[in-house]
Amino acid sequence: MNKHLKMDAPQPRVLDETRQGILGKGISRTEGPKKVSGSATYAGDNHPDGMAHGVLLRAGITKGKVTGFDESAAQKIDGYVGLFHGPKFIRNNAQGMADEAPVQPDCEVHYHSQPIGLVVAETFEAARDAALAIKVSYDEEGALVDPKSAPQEDQGGPDVGDLEADMGRADVTVDEIYTTEAQVSAAMELHGSVAQWNDGKLLLQSSLQMLKFNRNEIADSLGIDPENVRILAPYVGGGFGSKLGIGADAVSAAIAARDLGRPVRVIMPRQTVFDAVLRRTETEQRVRLGARSDGTITSIGHDDLVSNLEGEGFAEPTSQASQFLYAAPNRKMQQTVSRNHRTPSGSVRAPGEAVGMLGLEVAMDELAERLGMCPVKLRLQNVPERDPDSGVPFTAHSLTEALKRGAQEFGWKDRKANGARREGEWLIGMGVASAARKNMLLPAKARVTLDGDKAVVETDMTDIGTGSYTIFAQITAEALGLPIENVEVRLADTDYPEASGSGGSFGASSTGSAVFLACQSIREEIAAKCGANDFTLKDGQVTAGGKTTALSDLLDAPLSAVGEIEKGQTSEDHLSSGFGAHFAEVAVNEVSGEVRVRRMLGVFGAGRILNEKTAKSQLVGGMIWGIGAALTEEAAHDPRTGHIITRDLANYHVASHADVPEQIDTILLEERDDYANPIQAKGVGELGISGAGAAVLNAIYNACGVRVRSFPATPDKVMAGLDAM
Amino acid sequence: MKPFEYVRVNDLISAAGALDEKSEIIAGGTNLLDLMKLQVMAPDKVVDITRIPGLDKIEPKGEGLRIGTLVKNADLAADPRIRTGYPVLSRALLAGASGQIRNKATTGGNLLQRTRCPYFYDPEMACNKREPGAGCSAKGGVSRMLAILGTSEDCRAAHPSDMAVALRALNAMIEIRRKNGDTYQLAMDDFYRLPGDRPDIETNLKDGEIITAVILPRPVIGVQSYRKIRDRASYAFALVSVAAVATVEHGLIQNASVAFGGIGARPWADLDVNAFLNGKEPSAELFGEAADLLLTAAITDEGNAFKTTMTRRALIAVMSEVTGLREASVGSDRVGEIA
Repeated sequence: MNKHLKMDAPQPRVLDETRQGILGKGISRTEGPKKVSGSATYAGDNHPDGMAHGVLLRAGITKGKVTGFDESAAQKIDGYVGLFHGPKFIRNNAQGMADEAPVQPDCEVHYHSQPIGLVVAETFEAARDAALAIKVSYDEEGALVDPKSAPQEDQGGPDVGDLEADMGRADVTVDEIYTTEAQVSAAMELHGSVAQWNDGKLLLQSSLQMLKFNRNEIADSLGIDPENVRILAPYVGGGFGSKLGIGADAVSAAIAARDLGRPVRVIMPRQTVFDAVLRRTETEQRVRLGARSDGTITSIGHDDLVSNLEGEGFAEPTSQASQFLYAAPNRKMQQTVSRNHRTPSGSVRAPGEAVGMLGLEVAMDELAERLGMCPVKLRLQNVPERDPDSGVPFTAHSLTEALKRGAQEFGWKDRKANGARREGEWLIGMGVASAARKNMLLPAKARVTLDGDKAVVETDMTDIGTGSYTIFAQITAEALGLPIENVEVRLADTDYPEASGSGGSFGASSTGSAVFLACQSIREEIAAKCGANDFTLKDGQVTAGGKTTALSDLLDAPLSAVGEIEKGQTSEDHLSSGFGAHFAEVAVNEVSGEVRVRRMLGVFGAGRILNEKTAKSQLVGGMIWGIGAALTEEAAHDPRTGHIITRDLANYHVASHADVPEQIDTILLEERDDYANPIQAKGVGELGISGAGAAVLNAIYNACGVRVRSFPATPDKVMAGLDAM
Repeated sequence: MKPFEYVRVNDLISAAGALDEKSEIIAGGTNLLDLMKLQVMAPDKVVDITRIPGLDKIEPKGEGLRIGTLVKNADLAADPRIRTGYPVLSRALLAGASGQIRNKATTGGNLLQRTRCPYFYDPEMACNKREPGAGCSAKGGVSRMLAILGTSEDCRAAHPSDMAVALRALNAMIEIRRKNGDTYQLAMDDFYRLPGDRPDIETNLKDGEIITAVILPRPVIGVQSYRKIRDRASYAFALVSVAAVATVEHGLIQNASVAFGGIGARPWADLDVNAFLNGKEPSAELFGEAADLLLTAAITDEGNAFKTTMTRRALIAVMSEVTGLREASVGSDRVGEIA
């Protein structure tokens, strides 16, 4: 009694008809008490008997070959077990959904601090000491670490109409270069794995986001059958893309554990996470906008230069939102990838939009300025009716409503001319930006078992701090009419049905749909048992034909079903995206150029909201990332080695509490996306960051008249503008 | 981390006796433990002095105060005598680190904290401070957080302390116990060495010597100010910071004492700058000239050249507040006559 749905047609709003009234409620995360009491076990909390400790040995050069290891000093350290290296070791984390081993470079080194071996000892401290004591010899080769001078590959991109010709005849144009620096995910929980073998089978406890892919990735890395791999990741302390693919911690732990015949734990120290986990590329973006004097945009160009190591298939899709956010007949977006020897790049929260919308939305502010037009009005005037590239209609599209509602609630009408508002030595300004993040549906399965009035949900979906446990319990409780306490959610075990995994904001809606479909199947069984199509489920009871029966009385045996979703025709003939609008008010210090965000408001249309509290947390978290992207976050690379220099949380500046305003709020618009999935939900995890930083940057300009185009807008850059005035 | 011996002492005599050239004193441990985990520092022995009674007191001394070496940064910042007579010190302390760190970090430990130069922190990178003679990979590297004054070819590191910058402006003295039990005092500029060709030797403390207190002279009447410019609102080291005290009498500047953080190899003061300011009528032009005087010797590169402009702007703003040319901002407080 399984239920499979291919999204070929819009789906009825079943969850608006159910009666439990729990879906959408802002209930606290069900696993919260375990987390705050320390009883939730993260990967590194596992200490199987006989476990040895591994520390990754990392390259001291940027490019070349390892020619030898001298272990003599390490061997003198108490508790030293040994050094592991070889052709199965991986160079870096697998890219998201790679589903196969990442590059296995054997003795080659492709970037500074690349993992080249694993040092194992009886204690973590001894392993770390031994890792520093091992002398590695190299044949060093010349490395290219500057994205501008390294070889570049033209990746092409959309080219519609004639951008150059139109730019020549447009009344008003913007043609500017915007740059962003490398960023990292900086998840709270360090990347780590505990590996143990039993009868030729690997049990891996690891901090990962997408287990069905991760199983194939590690199996392929080790050269074993995926059937012989089981991965558990019940609690993950943040991912943001950095844990999409299997990492060197997992592969090296598995190799050492197999060779030693004992469990091995490998936790990357924070510095190693910076060095060897996929970062977000730096970008150089050329944005071109052309408009008629009435504010109608006729040209949108968004070219970008990003970087990645040779052999990595990922390139930050910088212009992703620019391709559909505004209408314009002439559109050109060319991507160039620099192949240099920096730490490889990959997905970091909202790959594409997070940096691309800084360029586009600051350029929109510049265009509004040059047109002498309100930046909100300019955006409203250019909202497209259909996807400008493909011509297909949008599904639920709330950009217009978000801009209008946000302007109203934020007090946009009080925005003054540039530099006109002052409080002591602080100059105050407001900024706006649109938000957009394309919505995706990934194949997902989940099993729901109803036993009396208690249900169990099982899927290999992860909860990376986002609320998967809670929303799946809410969907199940709502669909089956159960008190939420009666639903147990079991996640992140590859023995369970394969889910979408967490990533790309698709987890809640994809796997949530699978959970819903399983419940639908059970509902059909219940209907059959009641002999009625018209029935209501609430509080563990079913009411049909005027008669109310306890589920535990109705069901003589547990009902179990697997729900399965996959995308279909609706994603071909429609474009589904979350939209929103960001408003920010900042204060700029006229002496130092320091910027303080005073308040922020994000208004979002993201389909059905499954849990108001966790959705807001995701969106506000994204907005805080926007503050970091606009003002503080920069992974600085050494100009000679490419080595990341800001490699701890003291020197890599995520927004601190003091950087986040007390007034940071969201408005969630009432929306249903019938074409997206059967629960009408869209992603929220990345929508909040998309455009958020641009609102802050535009507010800086309104505050003090300094236009910074090199992000983050650190005090020195703003000050330089003030000093020049 | 290397295995090490942990020794807890209950008096200064035992502390001095336990110290040798491969040992380190531990008090708050907020910097030492980080460095030991990274094996940037790897002492054979750590000597815990936190149980020694009497070192955590703030008491009157002459017309000023004596701050025990174990007084916590948080307690020092909150002390009413400090807030009233030396508000620049409270402001500087509260501008540093985080609440949790200030609850642990001590006065003596703060003075002895190591640079946060990223190349010093990374055992993969050459550093003369970590390993004399190895070379300085900071030179030609990412220089945003490096010093521009007092550096050498062998070391570009900046001193990270906020507290020490305020103490330097206040002309504090450091009380040191010799191994034989005598004590003596050093002015801050005599306590901290410039890197020269031995950046690994950061102070003039000799083997077996222990900082026992910091001595503050009588308060300077007038406005005191600390301004810290940093890359985020909290938990970031200074790009540039300025501590200043001065009195204005009959329209002329007296007792001007200015110190700088984020730009110097040690908590930076320039006596010529102080002398230049004294006896003159306050004006933005004057302060700009003082900045030019201060920065003549600055050595910058592309990554930290902004620090000269930033220092100039900060110095003008701070001195304008201290001399009443400009309305006081949150970093400035007035100190009146103390009964």
